[in-house]
Amino acid sequence: MAFCGLGLDISVSNPLLVMSDPHNNLASNKNLHYVLIGALLLVLTVVTVWTSTFSFSIGVSVGIALIIATVKGSLVASYFMHLITENKLILIILFFTVIFFIALIFLPLSDTMNTVGSPNVY
Amino acid sequence: MEIPFTINERPDTGLTNPKFGIWLFLASEVMLFGSLFTSYIILRIGSPVPPHILAWPIQSQELNVLIGAINTAILIASSVTMILSWVALKEKQFKKFKLYMGLTIVLAVLFLVVKIWLEYLPKIQHGHVMSTNNFFAMYYLMTGLHALHIIGGIVVLAYFWGPGAKMWESNPEQFTNRIEVAGLYWHFVDLVWIFLFPTLYLL
Repeated sequence: MAFCGLGLDISVSNPLLVMSDPHNNLASNKNLHYVLIGALLLVLTVVTVWTSTFSFSIGVSVGIALIIATVKGSLVASYFMHLITENKLILIILFFTVIFFIALIFLPLSDTMNTVGSPNVY
Repeated sequence: MEIPFTINERPDTGLTNPKFGIWLFLASEVMLFGSLFTSYIILRIGSPVPPHILAWPIQSQELNVLIGAINTAILIASSVTMILSWVALKEKQFKKFKLYMGLTIVLAVLFLVVKIWLEYLPKIQHGHVMSTNNFFAMYYLMTGLHALHIIGGIVVLAYFWGPGAKMWESNPEQFTNRIEVAGLYWHFVDLVWIFLFPTLYLL
C-alpha cells in the first residue's frame, strides 16, 4: 500500500488479493468465453429443433438444418479446437480433407442422380 | 525410448508430434463418417415414395427428438467442461482440472446411458432393429459407431483423470499437451453428433 513505507500498511483479505490477480482474471475470462460459446451452441440446438417443427419442403428443411449444423460445427472447430489460431499446416490438411469429403459425398451422388426416375427393382 | 517432440514443436512442422498425429487421425475420421453420410443420402434418395412399403419413414416419428436434443445438450456441455479442464492445467490449477475432467466423464457416461436405456432398448423392444429397414440400419450403424467413439473417449479421459494424472507431477507440460490432444478428439466426437442429430432425428 501507499503508506507501507511509514509503517501504515493495511492488511487486505485474501479474496481481494485473488480478485485483483490478473492471472486469475485471465483464467476466468477464458472460462467465461468458452461457457458463452457452449451456451450459444445450446441455443442453436433449440433453434434447430424449433425450425424442424415448420412444414417446409424437404429441400428447405435440409438447407436450414445443414446451415445451423455448419454454424455450430464451425464454432466447435474454431474455438474449442482452436482452429482460428492454429498452425497453417493443420489448415492445409483440413482443406484437403474438406475437398476429399465433398468428393466422397457428391461423386457417388452424381451417379445416383443419373438413375433417379429410371425403372428400379421395387 | 523417449518419443521426440511431445513438448517442443518440431522445426519442420511447427507442431508437436501428438498434435500433428491427432489431426491426421481426425482427418481420416472425417472420411470414415463421411462414407456413412454418403451411404445414408444414397439410400434415402433411392428409396421409393410412400405409400410403398419400403418408403423411407418420417424420421421424427420413428425417433424421440427430445431425447436426441437432450443428448446433444449433454455432449455440448461435456465439450465445455473438457476445454475448461485444459484451461485449468494451463493455469496450473490441478484441482480444477480434476473437477472439470470428472464432469466430462460423467456427462459422457450420461450420454451413453440415455442412448442405450432411453433409445436403443425401447426401440429393440418394439422390434425396431437393424434389419427392420434401411433407415434403422443406418441409424444403428451411425449412432453405434459414434457411441463406440464415446466409449473410447471415456477410457482415455478416465485414464488421464486417474492413473495418468501422475504425470502432472513429473512432466506438467507434456500432461497438458496430452489433455489438449484428448480434447481435440473429444470435440470432434461432439462435432460428429452435431451433424448426426439433425440428419437422423429431424429431416
